Amino acid sequence: MVSSDTVLWGQAIIYTIYVLAIMLLIGWFAYNLTRTGPSRVSPKLFYAFVGLLIVIGVSLHLVTYNTIPWVADDLHGDGLTVSQRYDIKVADHKFTLPSPVLDVSCGELVAFNVHSDDLTYGFGVFRPDNSMVFQMQVVPWRDDNTLRWTFAQNGSYTIRSTEYSGPEGSQMILKDAINVTGCAA
Amino acid sequence: MSVMTTLLEGNKGMFKPETQTPMQKLTLRFVIIGLVYYGFAVIEGMIMRIYQIEPISILDTKQYFGILTAHPLVGIFGSTYMLVFGAFLFVIPLVMGKPLWSFKLANWTAGLIAVGTFVFWVDGFVSHYAPLYTLYWPLPADFTQFNPVAGAIFITGIALIMVGTLFFVINVFATLLYTPKGAVHVPKGRMILDALGFTGLFNLFTGKRRRTDADFLVPLPIVAITRGTVDVALNAVIILFTGVLILVYMVAKIFGFDLAHSAVDALLYKNWFWWGLDLVADGLVLIFVAGTWYLMATLITGKSLFMQNWARAALALEMVVSWTVWSHHLLSDQGQSPLLKILSGELVTAFELITQGLAFFITLATLWSARPLKMTNPLKFLIGGLLGFALAVPAGILQADAGLNRILHNTQWVIGPHVHVAVLVGLTMTLYSAIYFLLPILTNGAELWSQKLANWHFWLQLLGGIGMGAFMGMAGLHGMLRRTVYYNGEFEPYMWLAGIAGAMLGFALLFFLINIVMTVGLKGALGIFQKSTLDKKDLLPSV
Repeated sequence: MVSSDTVLWGQAIIYTIYVLAIMLLIGWFAYNLTRTGPSRVSPKLFYAFVGLLIVIGVSLHLVTYNTIPWVADDLHGDGLTVSQRYDIKVADHKFTLPSPVLDVSCGELVAFNVHSDDLTYGFGVFRPDNSMVFQMQVVPWRDDNTLRWTFAQNGSYTIRSTEYSGPEGSQMILKDAINVTGCAA
Repeated sequence: MSVMTTLLEGNKGMFKPETQTPMQKLTLRFVIIGLVYYGFAVIEGMIMRIYQIEPISILDTKQYFGILTAHPLVGIFGSTYMLVFGAFLFVIPLVMGKPLWSFKLANWTAGLIAVGTFVFWVDGFVSHYAPLYTLYWPLPADFTQFNPVAGAIFITGIALIMVGTLFFVINVFATLLYTPKGAVHVPKGRMILDALGFTGLFNLFTGKRRRTDADFLVPLPIVAITRGTVDVALNAVIILFTGVLILVYMVAKIFGFDLAHSAVDALLYKNWFWWGLDLVADGLVLIFVAGTWYLMATLITGKSLFMQNWARAALALEMVVSWTVWSHHLLSDQGQSPLLKILSGELVTAFELITQGLAFFITLATLWSARPLKMTNPLKFLIGGLLGFALAVPAGILQADAGLNRILHNTQWVIGPHVHVAVLVGLTMTLYSAIYFLLPILTNGAELWSQKLANWHFWLQLLGGIGMGAFMGMAGLHGMLRRTVYYNGEFEPYMWLAGIAGAMLGFALLFFLINIVMTVGLKGALGIFQKSTLDKKDLLPSV
């Protein structure tokens, strides 16, 4: 199963290639702009460029919908059955978990429901190297802050607030709050 | 001339403020105030860059978040609004060939934005009122963390800016629509349709092949300005309304009444707020920038724009896009409807790739049609601005994908490769292009003091802006959040590199300011703020 760090690596590589290509193109353009040569731009090139932009704009979402595993769970998740649901409270810049450590089965769809009683917070899960597994917004007084997720790797994960809720928000960290087991090592 | 004489008198003593018209002086006042506030934003930015490397003890965390709240607002309102509004209030009469509708109203715009920015900046500095610009409900009205008096003063400052902004909007449309004495009357309806890009859209469907500015009532750069002004007006109304809403809670608290937080649905508020706030990103940044690109391309080449009808049609269609695009800010809000996430958050946002891509291509094609061109300062900064958006817009499209947003939202990726590259490289370099172009026009022929400094300015701004965005983005891909302080050096190597790139931006501004001060001289700079005896209706002095 594709994990979120694999997706991030893929994005980093694709965007880096694009950045280098567009910088080279603009460099080439700027250099040749000062030199004599053909100056007519064909409208066909313009229409081809517009077509390319449309293809890229639409296909990006089609590709991610069909390759990133959590997108379908996210958009059509209401009817899905989860193996475990974790109800988490947050208020006064503190998370309250149903147990000190949330034990999660790897490879199974689970749900995190987070309820805030005062402010807008974020609910993010991070690996020990600080990279992000996923996050969602926690909007106050609502019961629909629910995220379904399937962990692809065993390990201990940290919970931290990913949304600004005042200066104390940076300290909203629960280290090793999630323990995922069950996947083949 | 000695350096000291140049510092006092300007380069070769060429700048004589007493020869300036009131409009020239007013425009330069806008520019000077805008640059001063840009300096504020750069200094604040550097303080925060240092704090991201190491949370230094001399700066309290509350002060840090106070700076973080003021920083984008000073940058957007104090700097960008001043620079853009000042330039447009000069350019519209210049291109349309008629005087500005109200000089007095333009003065009020400058004064209200300058004072309003100072009010909220000082208030945030002293009181540490720090809800950040997102103002997620009920944070702006949370009195366990913030003082309601401080909040009320802060909101008043923002409200002054919005009133000044509405004065600008009135002036733009009034200037467009009024008929000066002796001029041929043009029906206002036709003028408005043309000014909002609809004529170009109709032409595409009717097959009319109008290709040059002479075929239209309103030149294309002015279409972009008026189109963007519509969004700026809506944005001002939303921010004013939001400010009044927050003020109600604050004033109630000051008088001893505690209104329940639950009176406002937080998700509805987020939708409302982002609908309005995104009009800044689209109305101001994308559309105004496209307009400035078109303007600069036509001024630099002396040619009409490539694919006129398409450019105009794109500006008209952008009205639909910018009014329905807000949901990409709520892709991580689980209560947000999936349909809105897909239609508004993903697909409409992807359409911005097309409209901005069109503007990018049209500008490049117009420049190419006039080759060979001399690589002047306006041209090189314009190309830098184009590159900035070519980098930043795709970065934004990536984060506006439901799958990627799950792992990018609120990371340094959003604020680095997308926001800061768009603002510091795309927007700022485009504005520098306009400033370098307008400088001799506004100063009646003053000659830039040092081309070498202008070159340093260009490269430091370009590489510093891209570098800072890139290193922030790398940190973001490794999980570093925005609006968060890290106390254990988790992302220190990236932050050092981003800090060095940020310092390059600081030096870019320093070199630019030195160059401008040496060009106009200290006496000349002071003279800009003295009253002109010439006619307010004249844009340029009559020869």
